[in-house]
Amino acid sequence: MQSARLSLHGKPTSLAAQVDPARARVWLDGIAYAQSELLFEVPTHGAVYGTALNFRGALAALGAAVSAAPYLAPPRAPILYIKPRNTWIGHGAAVYLPAGHEAVALGPTLGVVIGRAATRVASASALDYVGGYTVVNDLALPHDSYFRPAIQQQCRDGFCPIGPWIVEASAIADPDALPIRAYLNGTLRLQTNLAELIRPLRQLISDVSTFMTLRSGDVLLVGLPENLPLARAGDLMAIEIEGIGRLENRLLAEPGAA
Amino acid sequence: MKRARIAWAGAIHDACELDGRLQLADGRVPDEAGVVWLPPFEPQTVFAVGLNYADHVRELNFKPPAEPLVFLKGPNTLAGHRAHTPRPAGIKFMHYECELAVVIGRSARRVKRHEALDYVAGYTIANDYAIRDYLENYYRPNLRVKNRDAATLLGPWLVDAAEVPDPMKLWLRTTVNGQVTQQGTTADMIFGVAQLIEYLSAFMTLGAGDVILTGTPEGVVNVNPGDVVVTEIESLGSLTSLIVAAPEPGGQQE
Repeated sequence: MQSARLSLHGKPTSLAAQVDPARARVWLDGIAYAQSELLFEVPTHGAVYGTALNFRGALAALGAAVSAAPYLAPPRAPILYIKPRNTWIGHGAAVYLPAGHEAVALGPTLGVVIGRAATRVASASALDYVGGYTVVNDLALPHDSYFRPAIQQQCRDGFCPIGPWIVEASAIADPDALPIRAYLNGTLRLQTNLAELIRPLRQLISDVSTFMTLRSGDVLLVGLPENLPLARAGDLMAIEIEGIGRLENRLLAEPGAA
Repeated sequence: MKRARIAWAGAIHDACELDGRLQLADGRVPDEAGVVWLPPFEPQTVFAVGLNYADHVRELNFKPPAEPLVFLKGPNTLAGHRAHTPRPAGIKFMHYECELAVVIGRSARRVKRHEALDYVAGYTIANDYAIRDYLENYYRPNLRVKNRDAATLLGPWLVDAAEVPDPMKLWLRTTVNGQVTQQGTTADMIFGVAQLIEYLSAFMTLGAGDVILTGTPEGVVNVNPGDVVVTEIESLGSLTSLIVAAPEPGGQQE
């Protein structure tokens, strides 16, 4: 059992809870619930920053292209992008596949919830600035180019499910060795581990904080692995991070779409 | 009406302009010397458009884009009139960008161009700094260039849309230490205000408080600590910023 924070539909404030991610159990004021009984809202409130090309395999998939046009050189500093508020939805909410598109790429990743403002922090102390961890499904329409910001692909309404809750940072002994799994309709489709990060969490926070402040409540996504599974309308998407939680959202055809 | 948000006398206030001075909702008129100007509204999603003036595109030796080049900004970068913007040590090229900022007033989805201006609450001035030394060709312009702390100024006023009948006919001007370095007109935008609202709302929902920084004309020059940069737009006022030296890296917290 771990300490967590969560937001429920109809409740104005964030709630302290105990959770057992492996058994999908939640205790509120000592009363036990199944995760499936509760209506979750987005548990975070700050800006959401994604990190591109931070899994070894994702960068390797670009291969020699990193040295050719338009990139001309491999990435140096962390490459970030923003998932704006129209993309945020909670556990259990539906995601709509935009009309005219066949599929979305799953985005299994860890959301690091900043606990206090981090500006120019050293790698050795970076975890002191982490308040907790959550599960994020950083969805995007499939695209190959990293040259220009991919707003049209990444910023569709509902394309950033977050939750179900935030596990307190103290509950995660080693954030650099967390297994992450992605499922479609209950079938395991991707499995990776944060040990595959080019910049492990401490270094990522430190390097980002050299050029911008991560504020309390902001969420830093550590990156996406290569070979992301594609979800189609009707699919139940699930992202699971051991010790943190399982985030489920169904992909539906956009209302009114053929 | 011209509205501002300020910190004054230990509280944050909504204020408006009265005969060139600030007036609080309860009628008090604060002494401006003690006022800290905040962005004149509470920004939500902040969009910026790159390469949106034909002359600036030529200045940078780029081809005009076929669709708007849009990127996003985080809350750390926002600041108000008279903000101090840090310039890191050892860089070669940090420049301002005077931009018309369009503030959305209500939820907008699949809005057509001819009705797009109905969704605008008002306009303000943005000065959106960039540090070109840090450009990389991944999600360019990358956040290290365009999302630095206190490097996106908004203000001083949010001017009601009704007072700006044609946002596509406003002159813009920047001065550095009183010398004019940048001049242009919003008429030269490649993608106009209504077109940008149509473009964005076609694939995502815009909300009240979202703001679109519409790009900058030619005339960007390097600025140094001590420089006073004033970005002005017709009918909107003038937005002042001061460049300061950032502390050397290495002064890290432990």
